[in-house]
Amino acid sequence: MTTPHRTIRTLSGAALAGAAWLCLGSAGALAASPQEERWDLLRDMYFSGRTVEDAGPLLSLEAPKRANDAAVVPIRIVTAPGNGVAVTAVHLIVDENPVPMAATFRFPHGDNPQAIDTRLRVNAYTNITAVAETSDGRLLRTTQFVKASGGCSAPALKNAQLAVARMGKMKLNLPDSIVAGKPLTAQLLISHPNYTGMQYDQINYYFIPAHYVKTVAIRYNGQPVLDVQSDISLSEDPSIHFSLVPEEQGTLEVTAEDSNGRVFQESWPIRANSGS
Amino acid sequence: MAAAATFLRPSARAALAGVWLFWSAPATADPLPVFEVAPGVFVHAGRHEETDEANGGDIANCGFIVGNDAVAVIDSGGSPTIGHRLRDAIRVHTDRPIRYVVNTHMHPDHALGNVAFLPDRPDFVAHVRFQAALAARMDHYRQAFDDAVGTAAATEVRLIPPTVVVTDRLELDLGGRVLDLVAWPVAHTDNDLTVLDRQTRTLWAGDLLFMERAPAIDGSVLGWLRTLDALAAEPATRVVPGHGPPSAPWPDAAVDLRRYLGRVVEGVRKVQAAHGTIQQAVDTVAADEAPRWRLFDSYNPRNVTAAFAELEWE
Repeated sequence: MTTPHRTIRTLSGAALAGAAWLCLGSAGALAASPQEERWDLLRDMYFSGRTVEDAGPLLSLEAPKRANDAAVVPIRIVTAPGNGVAVTAVHLIVDENPVPMAATFRFPHGDNPQAIDTRLRVNAYTNITAVAETSDGRLLRTTQFVKASGGCSAPALKNAQLAVARMGKMKLNLPDSIVAGKPLTAQLLISHPNYTGMQYDQINYYFIPAHYVKTVAIRYNGQPVLDVQSDISLSEDPSIHFSLVPEEQGTLEVTAEDSNGRVFQESWPIRANSGS
Repeated sequence: MAAAATFLRPSARAALAGVWLFWSAPATADPLPVFEVAPGVFVHAGRHEETDEANGGDIANCGFIVGNDAVAVIDSGGSPTIGHRLRDAIRVHTDRPIRYVVNTHMHPDHALGNVAFLPDRPDFVAHVRFQAALAARMDHYRQAFDDAVGTAAATEVRLIPPTVVVTDRLELDLGGRVLDLVAWPVAHTDNDLTVLDRQTRTLWAGDLLFMERAPAIDGSVLGWLRTLDALAAEPATRVVPGHGPPSAPWPDAAVDLRRYLGRVVEGVRKVQAAHGTIQQAVDTVAADEAPRWRLFDSYNPRNVTAAFAELEWE
């Protein structure tokens, strides 16, 4: 059951921050190698003073070469922890977007391999960057260049009214066959317009403030499975595929909070076949 | 006096559009070729290409309808230059005032010519959601236009807000000729508007009808199919598609589009039922439609992606 309720509305800094970053981005783009200049800027902003190494085999990122629909660009992150090193978090960054940090995924079971699928808005030709945090305190980076699509493809809502009407509804998609003890991939969908702060309200003549899903906490039988911090670069109706190891009986609980302080909660029973 | 008038008119326009004249002077006295598809109904057929420097945004159909008292422009072309050339084409056929510029939706290949008609001080008529949809995308459209056509051409690109919005239906009287405008629910985009010329039973469908060129879903594939059902009941015998020939018989002209959209829906549902990914859907859905559409590979992956996101909430 979805139980949206309002708490004190806090002023979102995202729109302001976005504007500031756009300016910095333009300044960076004047330099010789725009992609690396941009990355230097982002690294200083998000990981100030820390070394960021090339990822190697611990982290991989899949993205389409071309953003077919700039509003819905599917991305896959896979971690491969080993040799006693866990991957505890992955930051997903769309380098050229107004607010580049799209999401941070934190893995309570970072010693297990994790696969995350999600969807991004892509404003322009851009690197998409994933940065992993490891249990031995390193930052590991991998990138994929994505070409934006042409013409009428813009990272905007296709059906703004519906997005608002359905806000906060959730769906959980599970595989047809679930076996206890065997890792499965589940898909969580949260209906939300994820307003970027760049959409215009014609009736009231103002830019609709940024309004987006900010945190998602996924628990299974009370234990944390995945914690997500997200921002406006996630597509509307955020979709997250994640890994889960089911028991024979279990309950999955999701709590999401948006930037206006609205909280959405839902839970689903998961029944698995005996693994033996 | 006549000589002075013909001299003053283009120079007044030159003052308004000086930058444009500077970069593309040879195109100024080059009216768009138009076909008179029905008495008083003139259509220019755009090319089945993406906007680039060579075609200057001439990739969509646009045109005008002439009444006893006034002219209505229906879509203004994909660049200020095309808008100017459409205006020149109008002046080849009539000197009646251009009172309305109707936009069938907010896509740049249909609306960036609006700026060329500012000197006529027309009413700009669009769907009630047109302005919001365009404002949300305008920076993106401007950048894409700049990349495709060039920075000089992009300097004249402007968002012209509608002066008349249609929430449901609106009649425009051009003098002895009434146009019925209908604002549709979310379909090709969330701001599709059609124009029916009662006199000749000609339906100007905008991008609710693509022919030959692969369609783009930028609204709702299910909504588009529903809207095509409703459009089939409009009292028209002839249609002007947003992309395709200048005109075609209605409603037969929509057969290919309906089949394609239906295959996208059916194909995506099948992939979703098997817990497939967007990429799997992109690789397989509607693939056998490829030989039937120009620019298929540029648009089908996009359509399948958009339909996937829409249909998983069914």
